Amino acid sequence: MEQQRSISGSSLSPRSPSSQPFLSVSVTDPVKLGNGVQAYISYRVITKTNFPEYQGPEKIVIRQKSAVEKFRFSAEFIEMRRQALDVFVNRIASHHELQQSEDLRTFLQADEETMERLRFHETGIFKKKPSDLMQIFKDVQSKVSDVVLGKEKPVEESNPEYEKLKHYIFELENHLTEAQKQAYRLVKRHRELGQSLSDFGKAAKLLGACEGNDLGKAFSELGAKSEALSFKLQKEAHQLLMNFEEPLKDYVRAVQSIKATIAERANAFRQQCELAETIKLKEINLDKLMLTRSDKVGEAELEYKELKADSEEATRRFDTIVRLMNEEIVRFQDQKTIDMGVAFHEFAKGQARLANSVADAWRSLLPKLETCSPA
Amino acid sequence: MMRQENHGGEDTDLRGSQDDMESLVLDEPPSSNGQSSPSAAAVSSVIDRQTSAASQHFNSILEPPSYADAIFTSFDSSSASNGHDSPNHSSSAAESDPPARSEFLKIWVSDPQKELELSNSLVPGGTSYYTYLITTRTNMPEYGGPGSEFSLRRRFKDVVTLSDRLSESYRGFFIPIRPDKSVVESQVMQIEQFVEQRRAALSRYLNKLAAHPAIRKSEELRVFLVVNGKLPLVRSVDVASRMLDGAVRLPRQLVGEAAIDANEAAQPAKGGRDLLRIFRELKQSVVNDWGGVKPVVAEEDKEFLERKEKVVGFEQQLSNLSQQAEFLVKAQQDMGETMGELGLAFVKLTKLETEGAMFESQTTRATDMKNVATAAVKSSRLYRELNAQTVKHLDKLHEYLGVILAVNGAFSDRSSALLTVQTLSSDLVSLQSRIEKLEAAASKIFGGDRSRMRKIEELKETLKVSEEAKDCAVKEYERIKENNRNELERLDRERHDDFMGMLKGFVLNQAGYAEKMANAWEKLAEETSGYTRDAS
Repeated sequence: MEQQRSISGSSLSPRSPSSQPFLSVSVTDPVKLGNGVQAYISYRVITKTNFPEYQGPEKIVIRQKSAVEKFRFSAEFIEMRRQALDVFVNRIASHHELQQSEDLRTFLQADEETMERLRFHETGIFKKKPSDLMQIFKDVQSKVSDVVLGKEKPVEESNPEYEKLKHYIFELENHLTEAQKQAYRLVKRHRELGQSLSDFGKAAKLLGACEGNDLGKAFSELGAKSEALSFKLQKEAHQLLMNFEEPLKDYVRAVQSIKATIAERANAFRQQCELAETIKLKEINLDKLMLTRSDKVGEAELEYKELKADSEEATRRFDTIVRLMNEEIVRFQDQKTIDMGVAFHEFAKGQARLANSVADAWRSLLPKLETCSPA
Repeated sequence: MMRQENHGGEDTDLRGSQDDMESLVLDEPPSSNGQSSPSAAAVSSVIDRQTSAASQHFNSILEPPSYADAIFTSFDSSSASNGHDSPNHSSSAAESDPPARSEFLKIWVSDPQKELELSNSLVPGGTSYYTYLITTRTNMPEYGGPGSEFSLRRRFKDVVTLSDRLSESYRGFFIPIRPDKSVVESQVMQIEQFVEQRRAALSRYLNKLAAHPAIRKSEELRVFLVVNGKLPLVRSVDVASRMLDGAVRLPRQLVGEAAIDANEAAQPAKGGRDLLRIFRELKQSVVNDWGGVKPVVAEEDKEFLERKEKVVGFEQQLSNLSQQAEFLVKAQQDMGETMGELGLAFVKLTKLETEGAMFESQTTRATDMKNVATAAVKSSRLYRELNAQTVKHLDKLHEYLGVILAVNGAFSDRSSALLTVQTLSSDLVSLQSRIEKLEAAASKIFGGDRSRMRKIEELKETLKVSEEAKDCAVKEYERIKENNRNELERLDRERHDDFMGMLKGFVLNQAGYAEKMANAWEKLAEETSGYTRDAS
């Protein structure tokens, strides 16, 4: 009744090229040995691997598990045991961290002599007498399966709405920065136009002085108006800077602060996940220790309890950040609509004011130009 | 094909590259002189680039402009023009003429063609040159009356000849300066670009000639425009033969025995011709300037001298203003550009806030941003249009810098005519004194000194001819003075009208566009009127 089940490490198929790391274990050939209370079942464990730490591509060892009377010695029991053991060992073998474990390697590779020695070793895990393994297997199975069977640990939230929000925030920063840059440039343009109007006005006045008569006067008036408008442009440049560019800068800063919160949230999430994983590993360990009736159990239990507390704390912190962030976003959106609305209004008013001044100034000049009609 | 010289063509390109939303500019009114200076071209091309980059984004978000916006009106009503419309639009060409002149003379330069220099070719394969199709339409009687139309091909060399002939015939007039030969440029630029530039310059030049009240009636211009084949204008004296003439006559002149053609004497001593005369006039001018001796005939027209000073001052200020005008145009262009970029940034923001908005405040803000973008884009467009108009108006300043050159030419005609008079006058003086000396010496010898008597006779002959020459020179000088005077009056009148028109047009445009901009911003102010600051 040979059943071969091989579960390779990670998500690789057994037929993967030898360059890929793999560790495949199969538990076979149950043989009942011994009598009565000391009855046990011996299984053959075949390891196929290319891990450098392991000896050779294939190794076969014999391992035992206790076999309790009655049910314990039934074929069913044996088969169940075998399956459970297979699953258990493979699950450990497929955990990307656990598969590195020396203990596992020892279990899978050490010869009988070494094993005997280890069993009597004080601190080794194999000291524990084989009893009620079945129950333990079942417990561990469920606890470990979550950890071990998962292909990849998600380090980031897989929340589509949150993804959308993050994308939005990043895009918003880009566009706002661009808008702010252009707003600043616009301020500069106002100053430049003002300067050139001033220079143009001066030059016109000089030419007017040269011309004399009504044409000269016309140039002089034009020059004067041009200079006057130059002032208005400089003023508007300042207004733009204060009432338009500055609010845009504020907007950018607000977005950057949200980005900071996003980073915090990511950290908190990562911490939470790492702790959860660590806890699961600790649980496996704790089970092992309990199984081997180690006196390390107490210490391990303490650690485990601490970790549990930390994990809860991390979860609490993460939840808080999420909650705060959501509140912040709502407030941010509302506030910014108002802030920018005000800024836009001031911008519009300033530009309208400037344009009207310009129009008025030039229009006032027209009658003077009309009177100086063709000679 | 004729459209090539339509400088509205530059604006056509502008329109072509804009998307529907932005094409507000309808056909440019014939007021465009078409005489866009290089700065206009530069402005147009930059405007071009900016438009095509931004247009694609605006399309999807912003609403198309209203019908009212689509009708563009030039704010200034000035339509006085030399008209570079296609000859097909002859009706508009006739209309745009100033009412005072019912005569019109319009010239188009088009269709540059490469031709080979066949004869005298030392280089294997020959050199090549370009010819241009010159089309003329006129109703002037000199050209055959109403409905006259002529067409022929000319090369640049012919234009140089025409220009030289006119300089000789119209001394004292403000003759428009012909385009440069620009040898260096022709090597450096792309040949296409160079040829196009030259074509445009020729068009401007010929039409300026056609606009000059005296020159437009000249035989030289008529022959150039009408008579096909090699330019038959005969130079008054061929350079080579002049040199020879001068060389032959030189020994005799040295001896003082040359029979001088009075008329020739009145003509300015030109390069290669009459070397001796050049030396003498040079000597005279040195005497005038440094000799401390008052010349026999002096420039007495104080008014003229003052005028000359004024022209110098005017040129300086004009040049300065022209430069500042260029800077102003650049500043307006930059403003329009940045407004456009700002609008574009807000279009992108609008899009972002609209796609998958999670809050109502986002939708509101998206609307606000769209309104800002609309106003900014509109403003940008208005700045660009304003600038195109500004360039056209302020181009007059640049044009008059060219006129100054013509004025300087006319003034130097006068100076050289005066120098001729002065030279001949001092010739006369020295002749007189020589005669007197000889006569005095001869009278001391009883019965007469045969050789001396002969000499005296010869000198008296020379004196008579010299007096005639001097009279001619004086007449010429007076003629040139009169030309100067008339031209100055014409310049004053035309300058007055041109500049007034320019100022009016400039001011009208500034006002008109500012008002349009104010409308756009007032609309935005209203749209955002819900957000009023507590303080305001």
